[in-house]
Amino acid sequence: MTNMLTNPSRLRKSRARIETRFKWFGRIAIGISLTFLFVMVGSIVLKGKSALVSSDVAIIVDLNADAVDPNDIHATRFDALMKKSLREMFSEVSSRKDKKKLYGLLSVDMGFELRDQILQNPKLLGQPQKLWFTASDDVDLFLKGSVDRALSEDNRRISDMEISWIDSLSEVGDTRSHFNTKFFTNGDSREPELAGILSALMGSVLTLLVCFVISFPIAILAAIYLEEFAPKNKLSAFIEVNINNLAAVPSIVFGLLGLAVLLNVFDLPRSTPLVGGLVLSLMTLPTIIIAARAALRAVPPSIREAALGMGASPVQATFHHVAPLALPGILTGTIVGMAQALGETAPLLMIGMVAFIADVPSSIVEPAAALPVQIFLWADASERAFVEKTSAAIIVLLVFLVVMNLLAIYLRKKFEKRF
Amino acid sequence: MDSLVDIEITPQMSGKKNTIISARNVDVFYGEKQALNSITLDIPENKVTSLIGPSGCGKSTFLRSINRMNDLVDICRVEGEIKIAGQDIYAPEVDVVALRSQVGMVFQKPNPFPKSIYENVAYGPKIHGLTSGKNEMEEVVEWSLHKAGLWEEVKDRLQETGTGLSGGQQQRLCIARAIAVKPKVILMDEPCSALDPIATAIIEELIDELRKNFTIIIVTHSMQQAARVSQRTAFFHMGNLVESGATKTIFTSPNDERTQNYITGRIG
Repeated sequence: MTNMLTNPSRLRKSRARIETRFKWFGRIAIGISLTFLFVMVGSIVLKGKSALVSSDVAIIVDLNADAVDPNDIHATRFDALMKKSLREMFSEVSSRKDKKKLYGLLSVDMGFELRDQILQNPKLLGQPQKLWFTASDDVDLFLKGSVDRALSEDNRRISDMEISWIDSLSEVGDTRSHFNTKFFTNGDSREPELAGILSALMGSVLTLLVCFVISFPIAILAAIYLEEFAPKNKLSAFIEVNINNLAAVPSIVFGLLGLAVLLNVFDLPRSTPLVGGLVLSLMTLPTIIIAARAALRAVPPSIREAALGMGASPVQATFHHVAPLALPGILTGTIVGMAQALGETAPLLMIGMVAFIADVPSSIVEPAAALPVQIFLWADASERAFVEKTSAAIIVLLVFLVVMNLLAIYLRKKFEKRF
Repeated sequence: MDSLVDIEITPQMSGKKNTIISARNVDVFYGEKQALNSITLDIPENKVTSLIGPSGCGKSTFLRSINRMNDLVDICRVEGEIKIAGQDIYAPEVDVVALRSQVGMVFQKPNPFPKSIYENVAYGPKIHGLTSGKNEMEEVVEWSLHKAGLWEEVKDRLQETGTGLSGGQQQRLCIARAIAVKPKVILMDEPCSALDPIATAIIEELIDELRKNFTIIIVTHSMQQAARVSQRTAFFHMGNLVESGATKTIFTSPNDERTQNYITGRIG
């Protein structure tokens, strides 16, 4: 007896080997996917984290009454005043070309920044003041240490002369770096140091809102009707096949449809979250319908029988008992569909959401960008500093996705019931 | 509301005294397949009638045609006539919802709603508009749970979910849910098959108690159960009603050989 239980036969040995081998295959598969994920997210975070920091440079600006008239601040030519102040700080610069480089230390917005600081604090007027200004993108990159001094001057975006100016400022503590709030409060810009994600983020939020408001109710009603009420015949089978096919249609086709129908026939405003949301809801609809039908099918028939046996009408049985039980699954499917829509770029290109939009949209009929399109645009931009912006925008997109998924988990836990 | 069409069902109106349900030549088809052949059966009021027979003999099909649960099966077709208190329940003007409020059902597997015990019982009266106000509803819930012999066990946890109860308690909750709308008839489809003997004994006692107020039709696979709880028994075999009569007669001196064979365990 002991012999039979303890002595390994050939069959038992090979079975044990297969068990162990399969376990290891599984572990290796998980290991490989985790490695990919880690490498991808890691490289994006490494590249993108520097975009969360931006550099300022301090400049002494003489704000006497000759330069800025206290009674008519808006008449001042702030840009010229800034340039003059820069020339005074580095008086050795004489050639026209070098002066241009000197002005390039600061962002092109330096005039506006000066004006805003004065308007915010008029007490500054009357005497020379040391004020902080946003550094230009190349200076910013240099101050963050992204530029290798050892390289020959031709291979750098920043010349020896500019480096000497920056060094002289840094030595006396006239450069500083801080958290880049502009990235989260500005819209897109041609200047990397001024470019922010807010317009794209708002565009995505508004687009998803439109997408949700349209696709969720339609998909739920379609799914409930098909699953609970529709007779099972050839027509409903045909509809089911078509819904499944719709889920597999490449998204750019929906974009073309949006272009041809929504923009050209219905004349809706192009580049807007309204049109973007409509096009994405076409894509999201089949996803939600399929998920919702699966969730409804998973509700045990005994619940339906119980309700109908009590004399509930089919609508009462569905809405009082079946749909609430299917809700967690329906919500999960919805969020998966919305997450897909969030990451979708191709259809948005077709309906003009690829345009350069600097303003933050405040309604669904204003032109807007979207996060994935913004990433696409920045990845395509020539300025070096957009590289880190691109990665930072990807981080924002990923965080958005994670937040949506957490919401899905929360809702599922909240509505989940035992049966 | 207590009517199938617009008439009140009262025992006086039924065709024959004491008969509440009368089936005449009932044929049931699932697509091409005929599941019941010309069933003619009278069910007496305030008695327990058990339907027995081997698996697939059509007893559940017959039970489900009494409250038209068969309507849910697309391919199912019922011919013949089933009258409850004189009203043909397959007549076109009959409202299925009203019918099911008069003919309650308890299923094989306990299937309480995944809601609180209170909501489970209150659901029927709520959707049929039987109570006005919270107090009246609480009375109905308490009455139903008392009748189902569950009140003492759950009175302190009415807000807990019904699916958290034990199997036997769940089935009694389902009975409480069914009687809360005060139906005339309660159909029970093998109500004890998922329960242990102790829970079964409690339910059987309950059935005996309930027949004072309700007419009960029970499908069972257990001959002992049929003998214990029912006054009338009908034996089904291969879609035919072989014989029906007083339970005692069926179990002691059946007329038909097939009945004899089944109750003695030779077929089944």
